[in-house]
Amino acid sequence: MVDDLQQSGKPEDKFDFSGQQHHNAPEKLGPFVHNRRHFMKVVSLAGGSILAAPLIEGHQLLAEPLSEPVVDSLLPASLENVVNVAFSVNGSTKPLVVDSRMTLLDALRERLDLTGSKKGCDHGQCGACTVLVGGRRVLSCLTLVATCEGKSVTTIEGLGNINELHPLQASFLKHDGYQCGYCTPGQICSAVALLEEARRGDVSYVTAELRTPASPLQLSNEEIQERMSGNICRCGAYPNIVDAIREVHTGQAVAQVWQFPDGR
Amino acid sequence: MRPFIYSKSDTALAATQLALANPTAKYLAGGTNLVDLMKEDVERPTQLIDITQLPLTQVSAITTGPNQGGVSIGGLGFNADTANHPLIRQRYPLLTQAILAGASAQIRNMATNGGNLNQRTRCSYFYEVATPCNKREPGTGCSALAGVNRLHALFGWSEQCVAVYPSDMAIALAALDATVIVQNPGGTTRAIPFTDYHRLPGDTPQIDNNLALGELVMAIELPANSFADKFCYIKVRDRSSYAFALVSVAAALDLSPDGTTIRQVRVAMGGVSHKPWRALEAERFLVGKPANDATFAQAADAEMRGARPLAHNQYKVELGRRMIVRALSQALTGA
Repeated sequence: MVDDLQQSGKPEDKFDFSGQQHHNAPEKLGPFVHNRRHFMKVVSLAGGSILAAPLIEGHQLLAEPLSEPVVDSLLPASLENVVNVAFSVNGSTKPLVVDSRMTLLDALRERLDLTGSKKGCDHGQCGACTVLVGGRRVLSCLTLVATCEGKSVTTIEGLGNINELHPLQASFLKHDGYQCGYCTPGQICSAVALLEEARRGDVSYVTAELRTPASPLQLSNEEIQERMSGNICRCGAYPNIVDAIREVHTGQAVAQVWQFPDGR
Repeated sequence: MRPFIYSKSDTALAATQLALANPTAKYLAGGTNLVDLMKEDVERPTQLIDITQLPLTQVSAITTGPNQGGVSIGGLGFNADTANHPLIRQRYPLLTQAILAGASAQIRNMATNGGNLNQRTRCSYFYEVATPCNKREPGTGCSALAGVNRLHALFGWSEQCVAVYPSDMAIALAALDATVIVQNPGGTTRAIPFTDYHRLPGDTPQIDNNLALGELVMAIELPANSFADKFCYIKVRDRSSYAFALVSVAAALDLSPDGTTIRQVRVAMGGVSHKPWRALEAERFLVGKPANDATFAQAADAEMRGARPLAHNQYKVELGRRMIVRALSQALTGA
């Protein structure tokens, strides 16, 4: 997030973020911080602009509340190697002007306010940032947004809504497929693609028969585990995640392994 | 991440010429390794040449040339699509199995075949820019040689570098006698036998492979063979999925019509060298011998005799020996 806004690429600049202005930030921000996300945005913009040509002094920036238009008008001045890119996100086209370094994950979270996709490790090791591009599950943290021209991206926000959950969202709720929930958007996006891969007959490392022509597969728990291994759950909700996926995959109810104290 | 110019090319020729014009440029395909290394400040390209739009994704039967009867896989085909292509599943299931042993579903959806070959070592000293590493900064020394080297090489290492090559796919390609077709900025192509594609570290560990400046992987060709019935790729790792190999073994057998004698055999190992390690000693021993665990064990001994373990990877010698036996045995029985 901060990296992509930086003007200079010197490695030590990674840590220049905590300058004088930054130290003062929380105090000065006090009245204007409506929520954590707004706070993060202000701080990250402060970092970006300090390192960029000082069009606006950090403390001036922090002295007044930011609104979305200000955010957008600030960005081009702090970009290097500008790339114009337009792609569809959850059905609507999003034209963006980005620094060539910006990842799809950062574009979704920082520019399009789609914060469902999570930044876990930012190095392709955890799966929290999993989204669907052209229906395929990919890691948005390792995808440069510049490469997304003309593509169709689906995030967790595009799968369902509070009134009409995606069957996997409902199943994760039923089976308590999470604890902290941070990996859940990635888990669900990954599982959506997994179901399609199984329908298509894609094999995995634990599939016994590789040479037969592809046909829809009924996945065992072992298969689901192997196919979901790119999504790490720090809380260890794995058995419940497998139950949630198996229920939607088979179309057959799977018994909950937990209950509310009143037996519901 | 350092700033870089983002360029796109419509043709392979244009891409190679861009690469030739800027020695600090890199091709960008799936980005699963390169983007990560750029975030870590290990790779510092001044320009990325996005080649993902090039039409090099086909998997097709080869009808002419030295690999006639075989299959060509495009350099920019995705690993997941390659593994699941009917021609690969039917004729080269060993390759399917090896690809699917690597990374995660998400990464296999992004990573390309050419990019897979060109991925760099996961040696932690290579990744950690605060430590000396001859591969990252030639002349600074090898931190792993006297450091924590549990994950490092047994074969072919030098005092300059003990890192191992991380790909699973490439281990199967080495076993299957693949050829890498590359195009240079002059527009001419050449074919590199797979075992000559990657290099041992020697005194130049910063150079992973024998690609010349600007050369681009267009395709990987697999010759026709008779290894589709008896094959096995096994991989031992610190966790059972989504981890790099401690040791992996690709094995394939072609038996005499009565099913007792080994006519042809292929064995290649991953996690043990700076390049895919073709176990030629084991292969030489096995040709003409009966296919059973006793000969497999002798072959494994013959191969592992050449191992030069480091302070923390002695375990890989016995592990490698047993894995060769198991891979051959599973290839034989299909179990």
